[in-house]
Amino acid sequence: MEKISRSEVLHVARLARLEFTPQEVEEFTHQLNRIIEYMDQLKELDTEGVEPTFHALAQTNVMRDDQAKPSLSQEEALANAPDRDERGFFRVPRIIQG
Amino acid sequence: MGEEEKLNMEGKASPVVTQTPQGRDPLKGGLKVDYEAVIGLEVHVQLKTNSKIFCPCSTEFGAPPNTHTCPVCQGMPGVLPVLNRKVVEYAIKAALALNCRINPISVFARKNYFYPDLPKGYQISQYELPLAEHGYLEIETSQGKRRIGITRIHMEEDAGKNVHGELGDPHSYVDLNRTGVPLIEIVSEPDIRTPEEARLYLQKLRTIMRYLGISDADMEKGEMRCDANISIRPKGEKRLGVKTELKNMNSFRHVQRALEYEIKRQHRILEEGGEIIQETLLWNPQLGVTETMRSKEEAHDYRYFPDPDLVPLKVSEAWLNEVRSTLPELPDEKKVRFMKSYSLSAYDAEVLISSREMADFYEEAVKAHPSNPKAIANWVMVELMGRLHAENKNIQNSPVSPQQVAQLVALIDRGTISGKMAKEVFAKTYQTGKDPQRIVEEEGLVQLSDESELEVIVERVLDEHPDEVKKYLAGKTKIVGFFVGQIMKATKGKANPQVVNKLLIRKLQERG
Ligand SMILES: [Zn+2]
Repeated sequence: MEKISRSEVLHVARLARLEFTPQEVEEFTHQLNRIIEYMDQLKELDTEGVEPTFHALAQTNVMRDDQAKPSLSQEEALANAPDRDERGFFRVPRIIQG
Repeated sequence: MGEEEKLNMEGKASPVVTQTPQGRDPLKGGLKVDYEAVIGLEVHVQLKTNSKIFCPCSTEFGAPPNTHTCPVCQGMPGVLPVLNRKVVEYAIKAALALNCRINPISVFARKNYFYPDLPKGYQISQYELPLAEHGYLEIETSQGKRRIGITRIHMEEDAGKNVHGELGDPHSYVDLNRTGVPLIEIVSEPDIRTPEEARLYLQKLRTIMRYLGISDADMEKGEMRCDANISIRPKGEKRLGVKTELKNMNSFRHVQRALEYEIKRQHRILEEGGEIIQETLLWNPQLGVTETMRSKEEAHDYRYFPDPDLVPLKVSEAWLNEVRSTLPELPDEKKVRFMKSYSLSAYDAEVLISSREMADFYEEAVKAHPSNPKAIANWVMVELMGRLHAENKNIQNSPVSPQQVAQLVALIDRGTISGKMAKEVFAKTYQTGKDPQRIVEEEGLVQLSDESELEVIVERVLDEHPDEVKKYLAGKTKIVGFFVGQIMKATKGKANPQVVNKLLIRKLQERG
């Protein structure tokens, strides 16, 4: 019994705004299931009393002081924009109906 | 009723109603029973830092669009967010003021969704391990004190702002200046039972944020935003009904009205035997109704996971104590102190502590004239606040200084001017900014209290009205008022009423 179904792969793809060919869906379903199986293998380890790891680095508290510094200019900020208007807004397809 | 008792009553489980004589589940509706609302609030508060939470862009409001962005807050590949220490400090302040337990380790997580105002495709927030949990806030309702639980407080970044074009414009417009402005989210337990309590909770939150100096928390300016989860259930039922989520309430009034409307709507549906649908609703303030937000498919599947770009945050006991030592006196403590030190009623104290500036103003006035804090409270609350209110000003813009209020009360207390004269003097101080003492001198407003001087006038008035004197002596004692009026007329209102009364009675009896 596979742990990840085809429809779950399609669901996640939709959330991530990705489009796959039917072959790709098959392939990813297969690959994701192999990954989950590997996780099952890890589950066999006894982790009683071991703190969960939230980060790969042992470091904590990397912080900066609250000091404002110059930002990009409006022109630079919009340089990659697919579309913009003369006021300096990014222009996107309408979000809400109206 | 004492607070303890009240809490016990709240906590005591009434017998759970699962079946009614008709054999229906009351949560399913179709019954004529008393319902109560169960409300939880999610409040976002914008923190007043200089720079954004993960990059050094300015948080200044009102700049031209897209002039406060950088590769970090624009979500460019390969950049690294670095946490602003002040944001953590401010969040800890809020957590302490709301009686929360601060987690020694907390973790930032990515909340994944797509929206044009979110350039990275995820919002950095906290999920499994928030900064703080298990707090509470107390509110003073018309039914007495209520304690509202705080589930959690976490830090996160704000999204950008979308502007929608005119009707027919097929575009929306995005400004990323707000992207990355620091927020804390304060999530309450579903302990709120009425729209009034919801409003009081929010107002108390705003007061606390302002006392702490971490946010102006102005709802109209979006510095404080509120979403509500609301369901209703028959009174006594312990299980929860199906809830709806309310959004788009941009003022305290909107929150109260939206909740009132939604309670009625759910009530009607249940009474008619219908079913509440779990959904997100938008408050429409123009029409005064809640409307279904077109459901974004799978909108709530955020696939949170720890953000690998940000290392865990450790709040040591030492850091906690350092922040704790900077906390100001909070509204609840201040209220108790005002009641004790200045013998004020709970109501007066509540009004005076409603803002830190008002409380400071009051205390400064009391310092200048310590013998009559009650009178100073009245002058501040009635005359001063009345005028400021009418002109839409707050205490920071008061043209009258605390010392001037103190001086005015001192003039009354010394018998220099009467309370009635004081109102005129106050009006002039308010208009001109001149000291009450000076106005009194310039206008010769000094009250006539000298007995020998007043005696002469009293005698003269009595001589002029022999008929009225006879009436008094015949038992019509109410006629004293007539003589007082005549004496006031003769002294242009400057006579000290107490002295006049005393003299009149004596002189009238002498003529008996
Ligand atoms: Zn930035």
